[in-house]
Amino acid sequence: MIVFDKPKSLTDVPLHYCPGCTHGIVHRLVAEAIDELGIEGKTVGIAPVGCSVMAYDYFSCDMIEAAHGRAPAVATGVKRSDPDNLIVFTYQGDGDLASIGTAETVHAAARNENITVIFINNAIYGMTGGQMAPTSLPGQVTQTSPYGRDVKACGYPVKICEMLSELEGPEYLERVTVNNVRPDMNAKRAIKKAFQNQIDGKGFSLVEVISSCPTNWGMTPKEALKWIDDNMIPYYPLGVYKDRSAGILGGKKEG
Amino acid sequence: MKGNEAIAEAAIQAGCRHYFGYPITPQTEIAAYMAKRMPKIGGTFLQAESEIAAINMVYGVASAGKRVMTSSSSPGISLKSEGLSYLAGADLPALVVNAQRGGPGLGGIQPSQSDYFQATRGGGHGDYHMIVLAPSSVQEMAQLTIKGFELADQYRMTSMILADGTIGQMMEPVSFDFDIKEQPAKPWATTGTKMAREHNVINSLYLNPELLEKTNIERYKKYELIAQTEAMAEEYLTEDADIIIAAFGIAARVSRNAVNEARAHGIKAGLIRPVTLWPFPSAVFAKAADHAKQIISVELSMGQMIEDVQLATKCRVPVSLCYRVGGMIPTPDQVYQAIVEANEKGGK
Amino acid sequence: MATKEFLFAGFGGQGLLFSGKVLAYKGLIEEKNVSWLPSYGPEMRGGTANCSVILSDEPVGAPIVLNPDVLVAMNLPSLDKYENAVRPGGIILVDSSLIGRKVQRDDVDVYYVPATKLADENGTGQLANMILMGKLLTVLDSYNEETVSAALEKCISARHADMLEFNRKAMEIGRNYTE
Repeated sequence: MIVFDKPKSLTDVPLHYCPGCTHGIVHRLVAEAIDELGIEGKTVGIAPVGCSVMAYDYFSCDMIEAAHGRAPAVATGVKRSDPDNLIVFTYQGDGDLASIGTAETVHAAARNENITVIFINNAIYGMTGGQMAPTSLPGQVTQTSPYGRDVKACGYPVKICEMLSELEGPEYLERVTVNNVRPDMNAKRAIKKAFQNQIDGKGFSLVEVISSCPTNWGMTPKEALKWIDDNMIPYYPLGVYKDRSAGILGGKKEG
Repeated sequence: MKGNEAIAEAAIQAGCRHYFGYPITPQTEIAAYMAKRMPKIGGTFLQAESEIAAINMVYGVASAGKRVMTSSSSPGISLKSEGLSYLAGADLPALVVNAQRGGPGLGGIQPSQSDYFQATRGGGHGDYHMIVLAPSSVQEMAQLTIKGFELADQYRMTSMILADGTIGQMMEPVSFDFDIKEQPAKPWATTGTKMAREHNVINSLYLNPELLEKTNIERYKKYELIAQTEAMAEEYLTEDADIIIAAFGIAARVSRNAVNEARAHGIKAGLIRPVTLWPFPSAVFAKAADHAKQIISVELSMGQMIEDVQLATKCRVPVSLCYRVGGMIPTPDQVYQAIVEANEKGGK
Repeated sequence: MATKEFLFAGFGGQGLLFSGKVLAYKGLIEEKNVSWLPSYGPEMRGGTANCSVILSDEPVGAPIVLNPDVLVAMNLPSLDKYENAVRPGGIILVDSSLIGRKVQRDDVDVYYVPATKLADENGTGQLANMILMGKLLTVLDSYNEETVSAALEKCISARHADMLEFNRKAMEIGRNYTE
């Protein structure tokens, strides 16, 4: 009896992610959601520029590689090419979604574009080797904030769920994490809901996943998971920020 | 019908059902026309948040295998250049219209041809080309739009309509009696696997340099084929011409008047009007260089196409420039005077 | 007529582009080669505006009219700017209710029509442009009621069908006006 198997929506290509990186977990959760909803054959994924740039090799549904930050615009085009028959998701990191692609993110949300957005927030630019991200915490040391993020010089982190929750447009915004089994299962529920919303035609659904980057944070994987609890979550509280169908309209609500 | 509207209507007739754009003078009639028509024929018109977003929406629809277009004017095309490079890198077909205005920077809103280099050399980063079509009448705005979609699909690349404010704004009669070819199948498109095939991937990333090199070389073989088969030019009174004008778009129309004037004064003048700017109709110019004494490149730029004329003729004939820029247009008289001068000098 | 070039010039909002359109459509219906080119830009309302129309038996070359055979001037700056550009033997039509001065040249035919005043008096408020058009076609001896009507129908959307009659009326006023 098989009790644990690789989701069908993942290919056999070995993931290139660093040890302890949570991308692998989130890939798996996305693939499980696609499998369970039976939508692989109609799903098109949009990969970002960032560590998950090669996600197009890992998901077995049709995949498109977008320019840096433009995934929501590309997804808009794909979705509108066949809105009744395609399920479209983007998979983006914090530099991609919350820095260079902020406009695309905000406007796809404002239009309530019927797409699913998986947002990996690990507070750092991973692929380029650990520079300050739009979501790096105040005081966080990175390659480009060697003395810690000085909010006087480079401003404050961008809180995507809070910011988008002020918009009329989006259907569903939730922040989760994947640093332990229980949170993982909660993240799975949220991701699946974000796809189900699209199937139901409800509109823009974004799940922000607080993730780790042990390599660029300069920690062991275990320390990194703890750092999420100790530093990330206090700044980025988990929960449902908007769920129009459930009557949760804007502002933070505990999930 | 206005030139810009002719583009929009032709696109619809070519089966384009998706348009994304961002307002900019002088091409806004295209967006306005699409906004009116698309909802009525089950298509999509979307005013994007930026030119960058618009070209990436185009990238999305093109990935999904449907005919799609955007339009803009010079500053907006600069913003779209990122997307143009990605479309080329992912071998996606799309149609992009540039109703050129004067630059650089914000420049002005009056007609120009100063994006010739940007269009014919690709515009964005990397080794690539677009098919560049240069209409000089409202009828051609329509005709080349349809041709542009067909070539884009045939070669899996971007076609650009390189127009200008004048042709876009002017009204002329236009016939839509076109024989439109059936759209080719696109088995590479991301339309969902339906669990019936391997997954399709639309991508421009090649971290293996050998593979990227091979891909680029293959793409350039395609460009070579296009250069051999798709170059188009219109010749007017060139057969016995001593002085030949090279001009496209609005400059060609002005030059035609000047050629007539010169002929009326007994000067053997002729006109070569490139219809495709990439591929450049080099063979036509090479042939003309056999008998012409001088070629005059008439441009709404500081001299961009002139380089292609010189390359095509291998500098066997003197090539001079007659130009206005900044939104100004050469007058037929200015071009005529240039012809007279060239005729007196004699050339080769 | 081999080729005739027209320039309509005045303020934005006076209906110059519309006049040009009617003339172009009339030409089209009469199976001429035609082109119509507006000045465009932020001067759509209130600023100076002009519109080039070419009617020809041959394919139209440059669509920009620099030396018109016919100038219709609806404000002083336009007359100042284009008076000397008109070809010798050409025609200048002046809205004399808006332009105080006379045309200085003696090698062109000039017609003064107080079109704006006539429009006000006859309850065709904004249609000075069409009064001038009526006069223009009359002096060109090409006032063909059938093609004029068909051109108007092309230029006035069904939504504004009530304006058709007003336009016809304005053109009649121009047609019948004598100095």
